Parts: sequence; structure tokens; C-alpha cells
Amino acid sequence: MTDTSEKASTKVTPAGGGSGGGALAALTRSRGLRHLALVLAAYVGIVLLLQLFGDFRDTQLATMAYFVPAAAGLTLLTGVNGQISLGHGALMAVGAYTTAAILDRADLTPFILVVLASVAAAAVVGLLVGVAAARLHGPYLAGATLALAVGLPGIAIYFGDLFGGEQGLRVRPPDPPAWFEDLAGGDLGRTYPALLGWALALSVLWFLSNLVTSRYGRQWRAVRDDEVAASLCGIDLGRARVLAFVVSAACAGVGGALLAVTSRLVAPTSVTLVLSLYLLTAIVLGGLGSLLGAVLGSAILAFLPTVLTNRALDSGLDSAAAANLAPMVFGLVLVVVMLAAPRGIVGTTRIALLSRKLKKQRAAALASRT
Amino acid sequence: MPDAPPGARFEVEGVTVRFGGLVALDGVSLHVEPGEVLGVIGPNGAGKTTLFNVVCGFLTPSEGRLSWRGERLTGLKPHKLAGLGIARTLQGVGLFEGMTVLDNVMAGAGTRPRAGFASALFGLPRADAEEAQLRARALAALDRLNAADYAGRYPGSLPYPVQKRVALARALVSEPGLLMLDEPAAGLSNDEMDELGDLIRELSGTMGVMLVEHHMDLVMRVCDRITVLDFGKVIATGTPEQVRSDPAVLAAYLGDEVEAPAAASGSTGRVSTRKDG
Ligand SMILES: Nc1ncnc2c1ncn2[C@@H]1O[C@H](COP(=O)(O)OP(=O)(O)OP(=O)(O)O)[C@@H](O)[C@H]1O
Ligand SMILES: [Mg+2]
Repeated sequence: MTDTSEKASTKVTPAGGGSGGGALAALTRSRGLRHLALVLAAYVGIVLLLQLFGDFRDTQLATMAYFVPAAAGLTLLTGVNGQISLGHGALMAVGAYTTAAILDRADLTPFILVVLASVAAAAVVGLLVGVAAARLHGPYLAGATLALAVGLPGIAIYFGDLFGGEQGLRVRPPDPPAWFEDLAGGDLGRTYPALLGWALALSVLWFLSNLVTSRYGRQWRAVRDDEVAASLCGIDLGRARVLAFVVSAACAGVGGALLAVTSRLVAPTSVTLVLSLYLLTAIVLGGLGSLLGAVLGSAILAFLPTVLTNRALDSGLDSAAAANLAPMVFGLVLVVVMLAAPRGIVGTTRIALLSRKLKKQRAAALASRT
Repeated sequence: MPDAPPGARFEVEGVTVRFGGLVALDGVSLHVEPGEVLGVIGPNGAGKTTLFNVVCGFLTPSEGRLSWRGERLTGLKPHKLAGLGIARTLQGVGLFEGMTVLDNVMAGAGTRPRAGFASALFGLPRADAEEAQLRARALAALDRLNAADYAGRYPGSLPYPVQKRVALARALVSEPGLLMLDEPAAGLSNDEMDELGDLIRELSGTMGVMLVEHHMDLVMRVCDRITVLDFGKVIATGTPEQVRSDPAVLAAYLGDEVEAPAAASGSTGRVSTRKDG
């Protein structure tokens, strides 16, 4: 009883305070600003993490940064719009090869221009696939996108002059701009890839959280849930699906550009079908359709393999076997999650919280009646 | 009927639809006057839903034409319908299961968007303002159907009659000139059906209504005119009284071995073998 009355009184305060301050009021009213505040807070958190931990975490956080945009884009396509893609690794490859090919030939600065070119390239491929995909369903769509994942690295080998063939292209990561050096000092230079990656990853998250809470997000969900009812609501099914594919591919393009500069090498072996499957695993583990879920899933992709490999090496496994442990564990975890908690981390937690809230409300209602 | 009824005239002329060898609609003609409630009845499989599907552009008729507001509708696509001011509810409920009740109705409201992709992407105030507008309209539509309390709930957690009201709110929120209702009373109690009847009469003040329904007492009560289909053909059109005593109609329903509409104007009013909810 006392607990709930306390809750009620704390609930009143923010509303009363919000109406006073103009800036705060604007913040609570505007979706875009609210999301921006979250994203900036997350960036501050990342910067602090990079300060606190050593070299090793830098690379893992940078790795996570290239998974995040791709997984977030995929969860929009698959979770929000209901289109499966087994080819998102290939769309990342388009972004990665574009970045590598540009940096191989020209010193294009600032780096954001290279990223935009990669986004454009991935979006164009996404448009082509999306137009085909809008007519396909379920297993056919899975098959078509699988063909993309398998076939695209072959193109890189075929046009070996341009894309480096089997060996791939070495990527010279962009130098930190002068103002960054001034600001951060020499020692912080090593965190530049992770800081750059997270700036881009969080920008993508900002754009996507604006979109999924907008009219477009609603239309994508409507198309996913009931095609007939969606068209009667005035939604052009084909257009909505193609748009989702293009947006999703553009995000994969950002992920690809970051993959290129983080791993410093883009080769057919770095963008195999396994990458596509990893991305799917990440969004299912995190919770389909949830951007936060995509971030959590990316964290698992980035951190779990090293943990597993180290454990395996400690317990005396040879390095080849240890390296194969991660894919196997991912596969197992995926099967278990699909069976036991198909809504993933975010979905399961949300339901648990909701049912707890409901129980409390019922108890409060019961108590107030007596 | 009011002196100058609002809405617009909708007309179907000589529409024929074939599924392979089966003629589902055979030269069907009917029209809905502005502000009129037209009942479309007939035994199971008579072609009522098929007719709705033609009107909505889900099926292209092999012959015949449709016109709306004095203009011929050609190359009709389902998603263009809402923009033309025609709304439809589906047989069953057809709600978006993964979206809240409010989002369901907002989806029906956004047929003429002004803020574009860029405003959505950057979360600009334009997009926020339009969303706020849509939300207000959706809440008003829910309120009109006594469902505003459920705005934050998911359809699957609601009783069937409430789901049907939400589906109706989603159709009404676009303020259509023609409303097509496919079995809106299925699964409703008698009281709820009475309320629905009152609502339909009220709606006919601002729009034309095409009503497909098996509950004969509702049809007889709310319709200005009734068109009867049997095996894809129009066998009678007229006022409820005329249709009720039409020998061809009686024969069609008797042939179906269920209650005749004359008897159905009593308390049960069932003319189908469909199970009640
Ligand atoms: N897509 C289709 N393909 C083949 N036949 C169809 C199709 N849709 C409907 N039919 C047939 O066309 C006829 C008319 O069906 P329709 O669904 O329009 O009937 P209805 O009057 O709505 O019946 P009910 O009262 O059961 O809803 C039926 O014989 C049905 O089997
Ligand atoms: Mg039907």
C-alpha cells in the first residue's frame, strides 16, 4: 500500500517540472530530440568505457560498432516489416568493398563522404533486391537473399582488378582529423576507430528510432501483420516493402564501411554467408523488431567469441578447435532461444516487466477496494 | 432521408467475375445513393464478398464497370481506395495483431500524409505535429465507438466484440464517403447488434453504406434498400418490405434449406448456416 502511494507521488513530479522549463518541455514533446538525447547519452557512455578499458576492449567495441548498424537495419526489415533476409552480409560487403575500393585509389576526406558512397552503393543493391523481394514470400525470399549472400563474393573474385580477387583489398584506416588529435592528445588516438564507429552506429540508431516510431514504422508493421487490411488503409504494399529494404540495406552499407576500416582488410572470406547468419542470430537473440535488441545482439556477437575462445584455449583445446567453438555455441544458443524465449532478450524482459506491473496494479486495486 | 444527402453515388454496372469455370458474379448491377444504406444479402457463396473484392480492386472483373462520384473507376488498386473516400471492414476482424489499438486506428487515419520521408527520418516537428493530429483523430474515432479505454491494448487481448468495434473505428477514422461493412454483426450479442444498428443509421447521415449481413432483423431494420444475390445473380432489389415478400427471394433461401427471411424478421433472424459467436 505505502509502496504504491509513493509511486503515485513520484509520478506527478516530472510532469509538473516538465511544464515549467521550456527546453525540457520541448525535449519531452519532440520524438527526434528525445531520441537524440538517448543517443548522445549512449555516446558519452562509450567514450567513458573506452577511457576505462585497455586496448583489447577498443577492438571489441569497434567490432560491435560495425555490427550495430547492420543488425539494426536487419531487425527493421525482418522484425518490423516481416521480410527475412539471409543476404545482409552481402549488403555489408557492398559497403565494405566500396569503402575499400575508394580508399585504395583516392584520399577522399572527410571520411563521411566515403561512408555516404558506401551507403549509396548498398542502397542501390538493396533497391534491386527489394523490388524482387516485394513479390516473394517466406521460403522464396529466404532463397533469393541466400543466393545474394553466396553469389556476391563471387563478383568480387570475378572483377579481381577492381576488388583484389581472393586476396581482397587492404584498407588504410582514415587518419583522425587534426581537431581530434588536438582534443584527445596522442595517446587517445588508438581509440579513434571505435569512437568513429560508434558515432556512425549511433547516428544510424537515431535515424532508425525516428523512423520506426513514425508513420513509416506503423505502415511497415501493418504490412507485416495483415496485407489485405494494410492495403485497405491506403498502404501500397510493394512500395512499403521496397522502402524497408532500401533503408535496411543503407544501414548494412554503414556497417560494411566500418567493417572495412576496423578489420583493415576486405576479402571474400570476410563477408561469407556466416556473417549474414550471425546478423540474424543477433537480432533473434536480442528480440526481433527491437533496436535495443539489435544492440544487445551485436554485443553478444562482438564479445562472446573472444570469451569462448579464451576459455577453450585455457582448458587446453587447440586453437583451430577453439576458433570453431563460437559458431557452434551461437547455433546452439539460437535454437534454445527460439524454443524457450522466442521474443528474445528485450521481448522477454518487457513481458516480464509488464506482467509484474499488472500484478501490482491488481493488488493495489484489490487493496483499495477493501 | 435528409433533403440533400451527403456522400456520393456509387454504381456497379454489369459486373461479371469468373473463377475458372465458376461464375461467382454474373452481370451484377447495383448502386448506393448518397447517404443511403444498401443491404447486400444472399445465401452462403452467393458472391457477396466477391462483390466487395471487386469494388476494392482485389479482383478485376472480366466485364462491367464501377463508378464513384460520377467518374468511372478503372485500374482500381486496393491501396487507392482509401484515398478515394471508400473504406471497408473485413469479414472477421483483420486487425494488426502486433500493434496497439491506437496504432491500428492511426494506420487507418493516415491516408493523406503531408510530412514526407525526410521529416520522419530526422524526427522533425512537422512529423510530430502530423502524428499528434492523427492520434487525436484516432482517439476521437475510438471514443465514438466506446473503445477509447482500450487504446493502449493489443487486439489479441480484447473480447471479440471490442475487436470488431476497433476495426470499425479504423474504417471510420478516414471519414469515408462510402463505407462497406462485411458481416459487422457476426459474433455480437443482441444488445450490441442494436447499438450497431443505431450507429449505422447515424453514419448514413454523412456517408453511403453497403452492408453485407446474415442477421436479417438488423438488415431489415437499418437498410433503405436491399439487393439480393443468389449464385452470383441479382434476383431482387427493393425496400425491405418488397424484398421480404418477393417469391424469388423466398425460393432462393428455401433452396438453401434455412429459415426464410420472412420468418427471419422475427427474433432470431438467422439466414445462414454460419455458426454464431
Ligand atoms: N478466390 C477464389 N477462387 C475460386 N473460387 C472462389 C474464390 N473466392 C470465392 N470463390 C467462390 O465464389 C463464390 C462466391 O463466394 P463469396 O465468398 O463471394 O460468397 P459470399 O456470398 O461472401 O458467402 P458467405 O456468406 O459465406 O461469406 C463461392 O462459390 C466461392 O466458393
Ligand atoms: Mg462472404
